[in-house]
Amino acid sequence: MSEVVTLAHGAGGKASRRLVEDLFLDELRNPLLEPLSDAALLSANGTRIALTTDAYVVRPLVFPGGDIGELAVNGTVNDLAVSGAHPLALTAGFVIEEGFPLDELRALAHSAARAASAAGVAVAAGDTKVVERGAADGLYVTTAGVGLLDPRVDLSPTRVRPGDVVLVSGSIAEHGIAVMLARGDLRLELDVESDTAPVHREADALCALGRQLRWMRDPTRGGLATTLNELVAGCDASVVLSESTIPVREDVRAACELLGIDPLYVANEGKLVAIVAPRAADSALRALGPDAAVIGEVRADDVPMVLCETPFGGSRIVDMLVGDPLPRIC
Amino acid sequence: MKYVDEFRDARAIEAIATELRTLVEPGRHVKLMEVCGGHTHAIYRHGLDQLLPDEVELVHGPGCPVCVIPMGRVDDAISIAERQEVIFTSFGDMLRVPGGRRRSLLEAKARGADVRIVYSPLDALDVARANPDREVVFFGVGFETTAPASAVAILRARTLGVRNFSVFCNHVRVAPALRAILDAPETQIDGFVGPGHVSTVIGTRPYDFIASEYRRPVVVAGFEPTDILRAVAGLLRQLREGRAEVENEYGRVVREEGNAAALAALDYVFEVCDDFEWRGLGAIPHSGFRIAAELSQWDAETHFEVPGARIEDPKACRCGDVLRGMAKPYECGVFGTACTPEKPLGTCMVSSEGACAAYYAYGRHRSAA
Repeated sequence: MSEVVTLAHGAGGKASRRLVEDLFLDELRNPLLEPLSDAALLSANGTRIALTTDAYVVRPLVFPGGDIGELAVNGTVNDLAVSGAHPLALTAGFVIEEGFPLDELRALAHSAARAASAAGVAVAAGDTKVVERGAADGLYVTTAGVGLLDPRVDLSPTRVRPGDVVLVSGSIAEHGIAVMLARGDLRLELDVESDTAPVHREADALCALGRQLRWMRDPTRGGLATTLNELVAGCDASVVLSESTIPVREDVRAACELLGIDPLYVANEGKLVAIVAPRAADSALRALGPDAAVIGEVRADDVPMVLCETPFGGSRIVDMLVGDPLPRIC
Repeated sequence: MKYVDEFRDARAIEAIATELRTLVEPGRHVKLMEVCGGHTHAIYRHGLDQLLPDEVELVHGPGCPVCVIPMGRVDDAISIAERQEVIFTSFGDMLRVPGGRRRSLLEAKARGADVRIVYSPLDALDVARANPDREVVFFGVGFETTAPASAVAILRARTLGVRNFSVFCNHVRVAPALRAILDAPETQIDGFVGPGHVSTVIGTRPYDFIASEYRRPVVVAGFEPTDILRAVAGLLRQLREGRAEVENEYGRVVREEGNAAALAALDYVFEVCDDFEWRGLGAIPHSGFRIAAELSQWDAETHFEVPGARIEDPKACRCGDVLRGMAKPYECGVFGTACTPEKPLGTCMVSSEGACAAYYAYGRHRSAA
């Protein structure tokens, strides 16, 4: 029997990686795509630009702290920002189910416009398609964006060195938990809001560090754990996190604990993780603001992996998940 | 979370770790089994095995409910799930477990079967009420921990007159599995970290035979770092003093007599099977539950014929040895190569509570050392 796509292929973990590398990269291979980073970096008439695209499928479409319109804009702005680019313009495609209420659609478009204006970027082109009822979970959105690369920085996993410091711009796991709770399956009553927000200001502030800024990402699907595993695959050194320094809000931690899910694997939509040279750590913290934290460091290692040190001297691997974290039986 | 933090306090943990070193007798190797998959998971997640004195070895027991379901039963579940009229509901971590042809419920879902994750059998009952024209089947998996919830769902279905709901019952009992391990001459376990969740239901008395007949100590423990380390300390203390008793470290949740209401529901809804086949352990007498004849209306196996094939465990896989504490995950020849969480060969690699998956996910950086 031939293999088929399962939901695990969409979860951002090992199965997603395999689908992208073994199928899409295999067929579409070219030097721009090959690094498989958040945005492709290209030159046009001597100008270096970043190009990115993303598709948004979220249920429910409106969740505490945001909606799919805002998410689609922020997500693409962030992919550009963490690539070291200043967003220039976005495109947006809406795939809409027949029967979708127009006032709800207007509200989502309005919120996309508000997010674009907050990020100082225009949605400069777009497309709409209408499909039959039941074919698109209400609404799917795709956005793409171009940005101008900041000449001050050269960001790449290969520039990460042992001794470098890992920072995160704020508390993690809020978007994923907010959406899970908003689906209502869990019947937990907690006020967790999605952190969806543009991170271009933080990214820009970090770019001022110049070459001491090694690498940045926004830890979305698959969370901080997946993002750092992708880094480790490209930098030939280990990332060692210190568990007690990773900021997680109390209620988010409680929800994760109840569900048996590690917050390191839960999606963020308004945070960035950065690697900087050790002597730039303090400036980076100041640039990121009061919620930021140093959460670990890069270490030389024969077998590069992401490790997490517990507060009492133990350590564990933080591996890439296969698919979605599945709630445990007991 | 304050409630949890107290049990993860670094200073408290260091204090117990220091005490452990005073409790071991130099040169005497002690092999302790943590029965519960939740314990295995917590031990690796928090790196607790690294805090133990060299003389103490923790081995994993049969208490991962996902790991002990034989492949034939997974195939049976898939065959029910693939029926047009069925909505098949299951706890999340059963979905990736491969059956005989390495196919899982997740794959059946991708090919069109209506498979849904639920958090409780009562949610499955709600699905049945919302879909009166479909047959809703719940995959009943787990020890006496989850079995009462299946029992309550069946009783509520009867009260509400819901006839399109049934349970595919694979619930198992923990005590007979422990007896089987103690009876196997090749397994030499000095003491048991007793399971936590299941003991909230059955209490601590069902373990009395371990102390009285087999002269081995048991300490029932919770799932936090201090819980597990205190249980290890309790076991070492008993061994040092030549005692074999059942102690309860998890007194904040577990009562000696268990949960009377849950036990009554189990007793009413289920009968003990003569034999139930466990993956890796083979058939164990009196170790499984089946739905009582008078409630057969809610037993999926009375409605749907299943292949019922018995499938041998893959030869290369040492799940059975791992589940009996005879082999460490990394001692299995296919660990991390032919068998990974992505493509699990044995069930110990599937659930995050499985010993191999926990070791692979959290601890494989240490196996070389």
